[in-house]
Amino acid sequence: MNVRVYVTPKHGILDPQGAAVERSLPNLGFTGVSGVRVGKIIDLTIQGAGLTEEAARSQVDEMCRKLLANPIIEDYTFEIEG
Amino acid sequence: MTAAAPLRIGVVVFPGINTDGDTHHALETFPGVSAEYLWHKDTDLKGVDGIVIPGGFSYGDYLRCGAIARFSPIMQSITDFAADGGLVMGICNGFQILIEAGLLPGGLIRNTGLKFVCRYVNLRVETAATPFTSTCEQGDVLRIVVKHNEGNYTVDPATFEKMKTNDQIVVRYVNAAGERAEGANPNGALDDIAGVCNETRNVFGMMPHPENSVEAELAGGADGRRFFGSMIDALRGAEVTA
Repeated sequence: MNVRVYVTPKHGILDPQGAAVERSLPNLGFTGVSGVRVGKIIDLTIQGAGLTEEAARSQVDEMCRKLLANPIIEDYTFEIEG
Repeated sequence: MTAAAPLRIGVVVFPGINTDGDTHHALETFPGVSAEYLWHKDTDLKGVDGIVIPGGFSYGDYLRCGAIARFSPIMQSITDFAADGGLVMGICNGFQILIEAGLLPGGLIRNTGLKFVCRYVNLRVETAATPFTSTCEQGDVLRIVVKHNEGNYTVDPATFEKMKTNDQIVVRYVNAAGERAEGANPNGALDDIAGVCNETRNVFGMMPHPENSVEAELAGGADGRRFFGSMIDALRGAEVTA
């Protein structure tokens, strides 16, 4: 199964990178842009005999909580395909 | 402990850490202190009396600063050591590792200026009631360096209130006069926080580098001695060393 994990700065926490990008967009003529947040995407594949999507979902959620994201400063979501 | 037995303090070495040598040296400028390197793949703390996790870029700062180091074998032993009341100090990346390990509250994110900062800062001691600041007076201003890219301390409002109630904010960035002021905070940290301790006060982390200010005769001054000296005093049982 292919997994794509999205990690973004936690809602309500200042995102210095997002703020810098947001400030630079008007210089290029893009007005009216707000709420820029810079995060990261982590792609991975997960395999296992008889692995159900539900079991994979539970494993990926644990990976996110323990390592891929820091829930104190980051939010995460993920998609599973295949 | 007899007077002859040296105090042994562990300096944890992860791949990518680069101030392990400075920290080892800083500790051994104190008479009767022996610093021991502790390798990240080991679980044996070699019977040390206290532990310092130095600064650097463990595992290349991949994913998040300190995120991967936190799962190294030595960190499980350090977590147990801290749970038993052992004194653990984390400096810069060491602070980030302690935060990732959940031994200290909050998080450290990118500096608001998006730049690596490397400069002197003034730190105000907000509490002397920790084993790492006991040789200071509350309000003392110490001048040491910061050098980091992710030192912007943040914490959720509920935990922040609890930390204030428990007197867990140990050092803040201030100006030379000891006042919180525009420009004194190098990284945008919440409430000018430079260092915090846990609820039981035996784990302490801070972004600035005391190991670079331990010799008055060299550039950099000796203000960093106060943190190590306090820790050493606490480990010896209140002998004066600083």
